[in-house]
Amino acid sequence: MLLRKPNALDGSDIPSSEITPRKDYEAFLQEQRSRRRFLAGAAATAGAAALGAHSIGSLFEPEQTVHAAGKLQTVPSPLTTHGEQLTSYQDVTTFNNFYEFGVDKSAPAHNAAGLPTRPWSVHVTGLVQKEKTIDIDSILKLHALEDRTYRHRCVEAWSMVIPWVGYSLSELIRECQPLSTAKYVQFYSYFDKKVDKWWSESYIDWPYSEGLRMDEAMNPLTLLTVGLYGDVLPNQNGAPVRVVLPWKYGFKSAKSIVAIKFLAKQPPTTWNDMAPNEYGFYANVNPNVDHPRWSQKTERRIGLPFYAQRRNTLMFNGYGDFVASMYNGMDLRRNF
Amino acid sequence: MKKSTLILLKTLVWAACLIPAARLAYGAVTNQLGADPTRTITFMSGLAALRLLVISLAITPTRQLFPRLSWLVRFRRLLGLFAFFYASLHLMAYVGLYSYFDPGTMVHDILKRRFITVGILSWLLLVPLAITSTTGWIRRLGGRRWNQLHKLVYLSVCLGLLHYWWQVKTGVLAPLDITLIMALLFLARPVLAWRRRRAAQQRA
Repeated sequence: MLLRKPNALDGSDIPSSEITPRKDYEAFLQEQRSRRRFLAGAAATAGAAALGAHSIGSLFEPEQTVHAAGKLQTVPSPLTTHGEQLTSYQDVTTFNNFYEFGVDKSAPAHNAAGLPTRPWSVHVTGLVQKEKTIDIDSILKLHALEDRTYRHRCVEAWSMVIPWVGYSLSELIRECQPLSTAKYVQFYSYFDKKVDKWWSESYIDWPYSEGLRMDEAMNPLTLLTVGLYGDVLPNQNGAPVRVVLPWKYGFKSAKSIVAIKFLAKQPPTTWNDMAPNEYGFYANVNPNVDHPRWSQKTERRIGLPFYAQRRNTLMFNGYGDFVASMYNGMDLRRNF
Repeated sequence: MKKSTLILLKTLVWAACLIPAARLAYGAVTNQLGADPTRTITFMSGLAALRLLVISLAITPTRQLFPRLSWLVRFRRLLGLFAFFYASLHLMAYVGLYSYFDPGTMVHDILKRRFITVGILSWLLLVPLAITSTTGWIRRLGGRRWNQLHKLVYLSVCLGLLHYWWQVKTGVLAPLDITLIMALLFLARPVLAWRRRRAAQQRA
């Protein structure tokens, strides 16, 4: 077992030496900010003559806010990603693709307030021992909640680094007791025309649905996600429960899940149905397979100064060690 | 129209045309361009260009429907040039903020990404129109030839709208409103021409 099974869910099993006091963390952030400001200032001075843009604030020094203390009790995870600068809470929660609440990236932060996240339950159906409904509070208690930072790569060629909270989806799947004939798993997202009033801004066949092969769903990296930045998920990020698959384009990571279905055959999935030549069923991050309308070789990291945003996209978004073996022998150009 | 009225109206149109630029400048200085300022600048400038082109193309049908509003034509050049200004800003945002002025990236994009190909074409078609917008050029070309040249604006708008549709994700209907308005304006021309012909026949 790779993960340390904690005795308690409240984090009391973490040695106090491993916990960074809040004031130290804030001091660290403060120092990072002032360093960035200095660098931005230097670059701005250099470029000002050409651009006349010394004070183009948001381009040189993107907004950084320290988020309030988390509400979820979490434990560290060996599966977290190190060495990346986190995208700010502000950016993670105001730049969302959640088309049920509007196609504009800033719309869900305003429009998703009406999403009724309590009471909430997830219906488990299809090829299982016994169909059942799992309450969100049972999901929260099923396993210790881990802090897992992952890179997030959108198919639109932008990326973020997000400190999610959750545990491996495999824990929940075991609880669902799928039959051995189950080869695929499908997720359904919440949909109610009275709540998701912005659904008609696109001609998607709602509700949103995504699917995975069973081995992908059982991969330890596949995160059943209930929070970010130590706090419960904001509605616009897919509250109260979603999945996160860091080696796939973001649209595979279904939000606000109300049903999980186990199947023998590959299920239809929303974007693959919409445009099969543009959005594959697998949708693994792959710099060598371009979207028909744009290159996937590079991405822009949200929140960095504009001149430092572009970076090369990594195969499987840099998670090849964990996931590449699942696709051995598959032609990833055809099965994109 | 009195000269003072014209000056007042021109000032108002100038101010209105500068609103998108002012909003971008204000947002840039106050850090209010959202999580992705590059995208916001590019999107807002492109949308402003398309909207101004549509407004400038609405002038001729409006004049034909309401002859008393004929004076609107005095604002068409202003609107067209502002559309070109925003289209150029849009292009510069792409060249600078997305491509970092790297010719390799841009050539790859223009050939590979069709929405950028048609976008560049749309802008290129506006260049001769902007250059020949002066009174001197109208005289030099002669009204008929100048008019024929400036029909290129229709092609430019169509390519601009195609650029918008191809840029958004399949299924997103954001470009629909402006496309429908444009389609209406395109349809208005033959309909109004037919009406004029019929009126002329009745008089004859």
